[in-house]
Amino acid sequence: MAPNTTSEFRAGALAIAPAAIAVVPFGLLLGALAAKKGLSPLEVALMSATIFAGSAQFVAVDFWQHPAPWAFLTLTALTINLRHVMMGASLSRHLGAFSPASRSLWIFFLADEIWAMAERRAANAELTPAYYAGLAMTLYLNWVCWSTAGSLFGSAMGDPVTYGFDFAFTAIFIGLIIGFWKGPPTAVIMAASALAAIAAERFVGGAWYILIGGIAGIVVAAALSLLQLEAVGDER
Amino acid sequence: MSVEMSNLLAIVGMALATWATRLAGLGLLGLVGRNRVLESALDAVPVAVLTAVIAPSIVNGGPATTIAAAVTVIAAIRLPLLATVVIGVASVVVLRMLFA
Repeated sequence: MAPNTTSEFRAGALAIAPAAIAVVPFGLLLGALAAKKGLSPLEVALMSATIFAGSAQFVAVDFWQHPAPWAFLTLTALTINLRHVMMGASLSRHLGAFSPASRSLWIFFLADEIWAMAERRAANAELTPAYYAGLAMTLYLNWVCWSTAGSLFGSAMGDPVTYGFDFAFTAIFIGLIIGFWKGPPTAVIMAASALAAIAAERFVGGAWYILIGGIAGIVVAAALSLLQLEAVGDER
Repeated sequence: MSVEMSNLLAIVGMALATWATRLAGLGLLGLVGRNRVLESALDAVPVAVLTAVIAPSIVNGGPATTIAAAVTVIAAIRLPLLATVVIGVASVVVLRMLFA
C-alpha cells in the first residue's frame, strides 16, 4: 500500500462529509417509513446494507405491503437504478489503480454521491482505492446506521424538507456540475438533460426521468463530438 | 423471527438488481469497445445525470427552491463545495420562510 493511504482515505471521507451529514435525516425518515409498513429494524438494516440505493429504497418502501410484492419491487429497483449502467461505464475508465477483482466489489458502493465525488476526483488526480474507500465507507456506514435508527425511533422526527436537508443534495450536485464545467458545450448538454428530465418527469412519470434526462445529455454530447465541435476537452 | 420470508425475498431481489446495474456499467466498455464519440458521451455522463437528477425538483419546487438554486450556482462558481452547500441550504431555509 502507498504510504499516503491514510491521507487519501481521509481526503475521501472529508469530500463526502456534506452528503454524509445530509443523509442523516433521510436515513431516519426512510427507517421510520419502513417501520410504518411493518418492516423490522433488522430488515431495515439488511435492506440498507445490501441495496444501498436511497432513491430505490424510498420508492420501494412506498410500495411495500404484506406480503411483500418481491418480484415487483425487484423490477422497480432495476428500473430506478438503470442509470448506474451509464455511471459505472464512465467511472470504469478511472479505476486503473484498482485490482480487477476488487472493482466488482467496490462498484457495489456506487451510490450517486459516491460516484459523483469519485468522478470529480478522477478529473483532477488519480482515483485511488483509499480515496474511494473514504468516500464509500463514510456514506455507507451513515446510511445503514441512521436508517436502522430511524426504524427504531424515527417516527418522532419531522420532515427533512422543513430544514432544507433535501436541498443539500441539490446544492452538492450543482457544485459538482459547475466543477465539471468545460465551456459552452457543457451548457448545451445541461440544457438537453434538464429539458428531457423535466418533460419525462411530467409526462412519463415514475423514476424514468433520470435515465431519460441522462441519455438525452450523453446523446447530445456524442452528436457534438460527431460535429467536431469539441464537446469536451480531449485530455485523458 | 424478525426477518419475514417475503420481505427477505424482496430485499435480496432488490439488492441483486441494484448490484447488477452497477456491475453492468463496469463491463459495458469491454463489450462495446472505445472510440472518440463514445469517450465524449461518457465524459458527459456526470453533467448529464446530475442535471437530470436535480432539474425537475428545481423547476417544481416553487420560487424559493428555484431562487435558491440560482444563488447556489453563483456560489459554486466562486467558492469550494462545502461553502456552496452551506450557502445553498441557508438560502433555501430563509427563502422558504419568506415564501411560506
